[in-house]
Amino acid sequence: MSIRNKAYIAGAYEHPTRHAIDKSTPQLHAEVAKGALEDAGLTKDDVDAYYCAGDAPGLGGLSMVEYMGLQVQHIDTTEMGGSSYVAHIGHAAAAIAAGKCNVALITLAGRPKAEGMATGTKPRAWGMDAPDASFEFPFGSTVTNNYGMAAMRHMHEFGTTSEQLAWIKVAASHHAQYNELAAIRKVLTVEDVVNSPMISDPLHRMDCCVITDGGGALVIVSPEIAKKLKRQCVRILGHGEAPKTRIGGRIDLTYTGARWSGPAAFAEAKVTPADIDYASIYDSFTITVLETIEDLGFCEKGKGGQFVADGNLISGVGKLPFNTDGGGLCNNHPANRGGMTKVLEAVRQLRGEAHPSVQVANCKLAVAHGTGGSVGTRMGSATVILERDDA
Amino acid sequence: MSHLAAHNSAPQSNIEIQPFWDATAKGQLLLKQCKACGEVHYYPRTICPFCFSDDTVWIEASGQGVIYSYSVIRRAEVPYVIAYVTLQEGPTMMTNIIDCDIDSVRIDMAVKVSFVDTGEGTALPMFTPV
Repeated sequence: MSIRNKAYIAGAYEHPTRHAIDKSTPQLHAEVAKGALEDAGLTKDDVDAYYCAGDAPGLGGLSMVEYMGLQVQHIDTTEMGGSSYVAHIGHAAAAIAAGKCNVALITLAGRPKAEGMATGTKPRAWGMDAPDASFEFPFGSTVTNNYGMAAMRHMHEFGTTSEQLAWIKVAASHHAQYNELAAIRKVLTVEDVVNSPMISDPLHRMDCCVITDGGGALVIVSPEIAKKLKRQCVRILGHGEAPKTRIGGRIDLTYTGARWSGPAAFAEAKVTPADIDYASIYDSFTITVLETIEDLGFCEKGKGGQFVADGNLISGVGKLPFNTDGGGLCNNHPANRGGMTKVLEAVRQLRGEAHPSVQVANCKLAVAHGTGGSVGTRMGSATVILERDDA
Repeated sequence: MSHLAAHNSAPQSNIEIQPFWDATAKGQLLLKQCKACGEVHYYPRTICPFCFSDDTVWIEASGQGVIYSYSVIRRAEVPYVIAYVTLQEGPTMMTNIIDCDIDSVRIDMAVKVSFVDTGEGTALPMFTPV
């Protein structure tokens, strides 16, 4: 049993806003849902499954299906932080393959910027009843100092440098210059990154993603429905997901759950990292990308610094063009959850609809990878392998 | 004794972890050890996360450890050091490194526990270079 070729991405939509002072969160969810359904050539009444995660307000799936007026027969609100939406693709494909539904809608939206949230630098608890909360929150555990510890350890073990990490931001900025909606469009140099203010050692401000509002949605359909649609669909070849934890105190911050989610996705897709034309890699921080590309097998563990410093992530220049919309590092990071936007740019690449300056020639096979929670504590990884549908 | 800094807060406890926090008030760092598999884990749980036995007991840690990793957050009212310290008993725990020059902190540095009173009947187990 596999999801290979059992489902297609038929609709994809990214909200143009980056600062939603004039919109509510449910409204953003509905606007991206409408956008993705229109992109697919489907209507609200065609939707028979709905997927959302922790950014959906209220009682999540139930609140949102009522708000949007959806009558579905399948709901999945799997919460894996920013990786959720990538996992949802796998879950939707499995549900479609099992005959539980035919048209699955996945939405993400949020407005941390409008709400003035200190996303990365203030201690944040996911609920004080969490078993970990009492052992982290009192010490001023934040997103940025958690990822800082991961970067520090990676540097210690493998000799990774700040200049190497900076190349990841540089590559993203080369792409973002062509995206008129991107939060940062200036082409950055390694010096720009390493000279930007230190947020939490060794992560500079420019090692961090942007904080924006917005959202995105996907419509996943059965092969039978994909055949009937005029819109070019994207075939789902494989999916993998894995939590990675501190295993009772046996902590290793130098790898991510991609170590497991990647091989599972590649095996199901029956392809290898060498076959990939384009990669969307979750980029909350530069270190997130570095560890992930190592874990997905694009380079050896510990050699990521060298790999990115050779310009390998820049479209038209390197071996692994990544995040050609500018990614979370330069474009957007709606709801502080970047998994959705990773998939959206992969779909653009496979449809040949990325900006011409960053479109990968003859892009046939893409990977989209999501990371949720914190690489410094508990995290989720989700990987999907997507293929252009030439049928 | 040091006092809580702006980024710190008193822990919220519950019945499962109350012995841990009660001990901090007496200057003791407790860990949970599994009598079935012998493994020591952190943070403390009733059921061993390695073998799922419920035969776990509290043990007192030596308070000695080395820094596994750390980060000085500069974008804070007062910069501070968050760290993971690997204890002599095995597990690695999140903590703060205090009572030292924050720019002198390094991975593999030897540290020992130093309790900081929360003013609420508990103390936070932080660490200071030996």
